[in-house]
Amino acid sequence: MGQTIIDKLWAEHTVADLGDGATLLYIDRIFLHERTGSVALKGLEAAGHAVRHPEQVFCTMDHIVDTTPGRTDDTRMPGGREFITSTRTSAIAAGIHLFDLGDDRQGIVHVVSPEQGIALPGVTLVCPDSHTCTLGGLGALAWGIGSTEAEHALATKTLAVRKPRSMRIRFEGQLGPGVYAKDLILHLISRFGASGGTGYAIEFAGAAIRALPIEARFTLCNMAVEFGAWTGIVAPDESTFEYVRGRPFAPGPETWDEAVAHWRTLASDPDATFDREIEIDCNTLGPHITWGTSPQHGGSIGDAVPDPAAEPDNNRRQSMQRALEYMGLAPGTSLEGLPISAAFIGSCTNSRISDLREAARLLRGHKVAAGVKAICVPGSSQVKKAAEAEGLDRIFRDAGFEWRESGCSMCFYAGGESFGLEERVVSSTNRNFENRQGPRTRTHLASPATVVASAIAGSLADVRKLKGG
Amino acid sequence: MEKFTRLTAIAAPLLRINIDTDAIIPSREMKRVSKKGLSEGLFAGWRYQSPGSRAENPDFILNREPYRKAQILLSGINFGCGSSREHAVWALHEWGIRAIIAPSFGSIFQGNCVRNGIVPVILDNAVVEALARKVEADAENFRLTVDLTTCTVATPDGKSWSFSIPGADREMLLEGLDSIAVTLKRDAEILAYRERDRSRRPWIYLPEGHSK
Ligand code: SF4
Repeated sequence: MGQTIIDKLWAEHTVADLGDGATLLYIDRIFLHERTGSVALKGLEAAGHAVRHPEQVFCTMDHIVDTTPGRTDDTRMPGGREFITSTRTSAIAAGIHLFDLGDDRQGIVHVVSPEQGIALPGVTLVCPDSHTCTLGGLGALAWGIGSTEAEHALATKTLAVRKPRSMRIRFEGQLGPGVYAKDLILHLISRFGASGGTGYAIEFAGAAIRALPIEARFTLCNMAVEFGAWTGIVAPDESTFEYVRGRPFAPGPETWDEAVAHWRTLASDPDATFDREIEIDCNTLGPHITWGTSPQHGGSIGDAVPDPAAEPDNNRRQSMQRALEYMGLAPGTSLEGLPISAAFIGSCTNSRISDLREAARLLRGHKVAAGVKAICVPGSSQVKKAAEAEGLDRIFRDAGFEWRESGCSMCFYAGGESFGLEERVVSSTNRNFENRQGPRTRTHLASPATVVASAIAGSLADVRKLKGG
Repeated sequence: MEKFTRLTAIAAPLLRINIDTDAIIPSREMKRVSKKGLSEGLFAGWRYQSPGSRAENPDFILNREPYRKAQILLSGINFGCGSSREHAVWALHEWGIRAIIAPSFGSIFQGNCVRNGIVPVILDNAVVEALARKVEADAENFRLTVDLTTCTVATPDGKSWSFSIPGADREMLLEGLDSIAVTLKRDAEILAYRERDRSRRPWIYLPEGHSK
């Protein structure tokens, strides 16, 4: 019987079969950040274990660092400075690669990892961060773990893992205007639920995925965890190899051909079978947006807020009711036209150079509506530099966006900056949980294009109607 | 790690679906590089009257008697979804929770539980809801028993339900094992893998003794 891409990567990384469905897998790359990595490094030190093969371990500062220009180790987050300095001290002591503040490789972990050629097709990569699945966009087997598991990976270069069930989701057809990878994944989650992928490793396939540029594949895989999946992956292809070539930690000329030959074998066999298959027709999809406090609370921009009373499932109905209360919305309200007070472009979902280029293209010649606080935070120092070289920062600034240093920033609230109580934000991030972006802040998730169109309109907007879009 | 074998305790029903780790412990409550001192931040957004305050919200279940002494949580599907923060589990454990009964869990959260002495018990939604109704009627006396030796949940009225938990997870909880020590017993296999793999995938192996 044929093998899926996950089967192949699983077999290739198996150190030992532990019985009862568990496997000891070899971990090729480990990434840490100052939020959860600090505690893992400290825990490891306390237990008297060394980091094995520190040359394969990387650490960046992204979650807690300030993103205002001219930043230092000081941050508005309570105790934030300690996370930064403790991470620095532990990382240096352990001899791992550190992308510190001021290093031009610094940025959001899942943006930096492929940008530097650390994530590669076919590698196993873990990080104590749930959005590690982002790197599946390159054909890496990458997943998020807890801090204790990170200690295990650091000390042994392995993890004991149970193999998830397999699911293939084929996105067929073509994306219409104003529709992006973000809309695909929001659609998937709103249709099948935030636990629709629980227990599965998901291969994203189909014509629409093949046509997606690599950075858009990151956006898609990034939110596999919002679907409940263990991870998501796209089989590597020629676009992947082109993307990887020449990056700092990628294979050099001595091993390049050998590596590519190997990567070409990393596709599901034609006769491979999956535990579950889903097919989605992309031709009919429009821009998506969320209205509630779970990524499953979403729909098309043209939809109205649904009525919980029509939901037959008791639990879902209650969750919808709570969500509407939190979001300050009444059933039947049209999403398009809902006034907003803030717009955010950033996060490991949508802050790469292609996201900023598309956002700037739409923004050019427009102004952010009066009363809307708009912020753009490039995903990495490299993205920021590239954007500035192209003059994108000017377009953002001229339109009324703040232009920041890279980091996670207002993707999440840690006691630092927020948009404010009951403020309505349209955001290119991945989580609309209660209080995620600040106490009682109301988040609507969307693509950067929808964020731009809404910022200009001052209300949730259909990007397809934007002049010049 | 603390061992878990069998526990009879008060259970607190928190029957919401998709309770995420941001709700279990908001990011703003993770103030130090430490696994300790987190219980005060547990469910902070729901437990206190306003963000940053410590004035209790009297309606929140864990602020009510007898649930203040609960060691078991009952919840809806996808409990612990979202952020990987292990602080969620550390906060629950420090507060006193030793077992969580739900129809499904966020996968990283589930792994974090077994590494910290909390049993993630998976039961059908209908069973969880039925248990919750019984508990709500008389929480003080309708105590649940989670028995990891037999993998069952039992109630005072003599009923019981089996649950399944992966063997390795069960063993880790029962024995309180240190997983690093367990894996390092296989060090020879790990080294042998590395040797084999190095010749097969040389591009994976970065130069040792790198300088920044
Ligand atoms: S950008 Fe947001 S989701 Fe991504 S790693 Fe940072 S905090 Fe997490």
